[in-house]
Amino acid sequence: MNEKSKMASRHMVAQALMDLAGEDEAIVVVTSDARGSAAITKFFDTFPERAIEVGIAEQSAVGIAAGLALCGKKPFVLGPACFYSARAFEQVKNDVAYTGANVKIIGVSGGVSYGPLGSTHHALHDVAAFRAIPNIDVILPSDANQAYAVVKHLVNRERPAYVRIGRNPIPFVYDEPFFEIAKGYVLRSGADVTIIACGEVVWHALKACEILSKEGIEATLIDMPSIKPIDEETIIKSARNAGRVVTIEEHSVHGGLGEAVSAILGKNFPVPIEILGIPDEFPVTGKQEEVLSHYDLDAVGIAKRVQKFLRRFSHGR
Amino acid sequence: MEQTKILKKKAVQIRKMVLEMIYRAKSGHTGGSLSCVEILVSLFYGVMRIDPKDPKLPDRDRFVMSKGHSVESYYAVLADLGFFPVSDLESYCQFGSYLTGHPTTKVPGVEVNTGALGHGLAIGVGMAIASKIDSACYKVYVLMGDGELDEGSVWEAAQIAAHYGLDNLIGIVDRNRLQISGDTEQVLRLENLEQKWTAFGWHVIHVDGHDIEQLINTFKGLPVERGKPHLIIAHTIKGKGVSFIENNKDWHHKVPNDEELRMAMMELDEKLKELDADE
Repeated sequence: MNEKSKMASRHMVAQALMDLAGEDEAIVVVTSDARGSAAITKFFDTFPERAIEVGIAEQSAVGIAAGLALCGKKPFVLGPACFYSARAFEQVKNDVAYTGANVKIIGVSGGVSYGPLGSTHHALHDVAAFRAIPNIDVILPSDANQAYAVVKHLVNRERPAYVRIGRNPIPFVYDEPFFEIAKGYVLRSGADVTIIACGEVVWHALKACEILSKEGIEATLIDMPSIKPIDEETIIKSARNAGRVVTIEEHSVHGGLGEAVSAILGKNFPVPIEILGIPDEFPVTGKQEEVLSHYDLDAVGIAKRVQKFLRRFSHGR
Repeated sequence: MEQTKILKKKAVQIRKMVLEMIYRAKSGHTGGSLSCVEILVSLFYGVMRIDPKDPKLPDRDRFVMSKGHSVESYYAVLADLGFFPVSDLESYCQFGSYLTGHPTTKVPGVEVNTGALGHGLAIGVGMAIASKIDSACYKVYVLMGDGELDEGSVWEAAQIAAHYGLDNLIGIVDRNRLQISGDTEQVLRLENLEQKWTAFGWHVIHVDGHDIEQLINTFKGLPVERGKPHLIIAHTIKGKGVSFIENNKDWHHKVPNDEELRMAMMELDEKLKELDADE
């Protein structure tokens, strides 16, 4: 982990596509007037014949990608997560997932990355929406290195996927790019509580663990980039050890990582669970960091909420 | 000419299969399935490069049934061609059948799952772009309903197709002038369709959607204009072939009862006799 250097995941996603497209001619990129926000201008310059601009038309971008995939291409659709998870939702459901077209949707500027632009530009429902569709993977990388590895992994995984990344530079959680589908990564171990996080709040969770440690609370922290399919084994094993679980996500508390974890533990090993996320309201105006802080999704807020949760469920410890 | 005669009879036989499927399933879209029979017969028997024994033939022409609710005539044609056994049509819409009430890729010969309107043209655009990227020779045919053109996504895709100069893409509108609630011009005015598509950068051709010879000749003559996608406005009659179903909006998804099926079959058998007598 590297606190000083930061990078936006979208740049590494674009770099991965550049690196892979040279060798794999089936890779094509589709975008909806989002070359800048998806950081794929260089891809358009390098592989113009495999770069498809459709204008501000997310529904068509997904439909076109499905058509490309059905003719043997490996399309990556890149554009704002807020639009691909809402306006183009029916195309993702029918043309991609239901048909089984090998399309990868990269939702950029997800969560509250666009901060003060308001809820039209936030994607806080995307995990819930895509989790409810069969036959599509849902992945939230936690840093730029993992984002690179996700793209590399998905290129040869012949099925639909939705990947949500942010917009802003974030610290590195990992020194090297690696990712496997349906695998949770234990970033630190502790016996008092299990924290399971995904996406760009993993970094905040990591810092929260340091604060908690100073207070005498040792947490296990699991990065769970693959929300569907999810690593059930690691979740259950960790819950058995700690007996109390907190989930953290830059997403509505409804239908995201927290509820996915709850469903698994409710069935296999019921323990108290606290779901930290954006409550059921349209968020306050502010920069991403300010909004996260407001909802206790930064390091200080997470540490505070974990302590409160542990006091409620102390189990006589 | 010989081919036209055979295909005219084929169209009547497909209509009989459609009605039997809908009657047995007690479910289906009668009017729109009957209006597009000649379009399907012309494409699948007379125009497209396809192989029922090899449904995934790499350079096959692609067909997208964007008006997925006309699935009965689509399945009937695919079965008749040998993509799957005709006897399987008996399971149409039955519990557990692979023959669902809108097309899916579980059915050999079907390229993409459809049913929600306004999706097929964009998918066809993607296929046509893939064909261009690979310098392949296959063409892409997308069959849309006229009511379907109410969907804004159709016009998005139309703009994109023209922008990319997809002269290997052929859109077909089954212009039967009826949708569930009634006359297309009363529900939401579509005309002037030709001017709209022309303004969107397409080359537009009108055909009699029940004239097999005209349909085949038109399709075979494409592209008329290089660098432009082509739209065929096929003027049809909803419910074509059965007098009491024709031009009646109530038959959009009405299912024939015993007596109606008997009368319809009688009329279609008469038509077959007429065609035999012409030979």
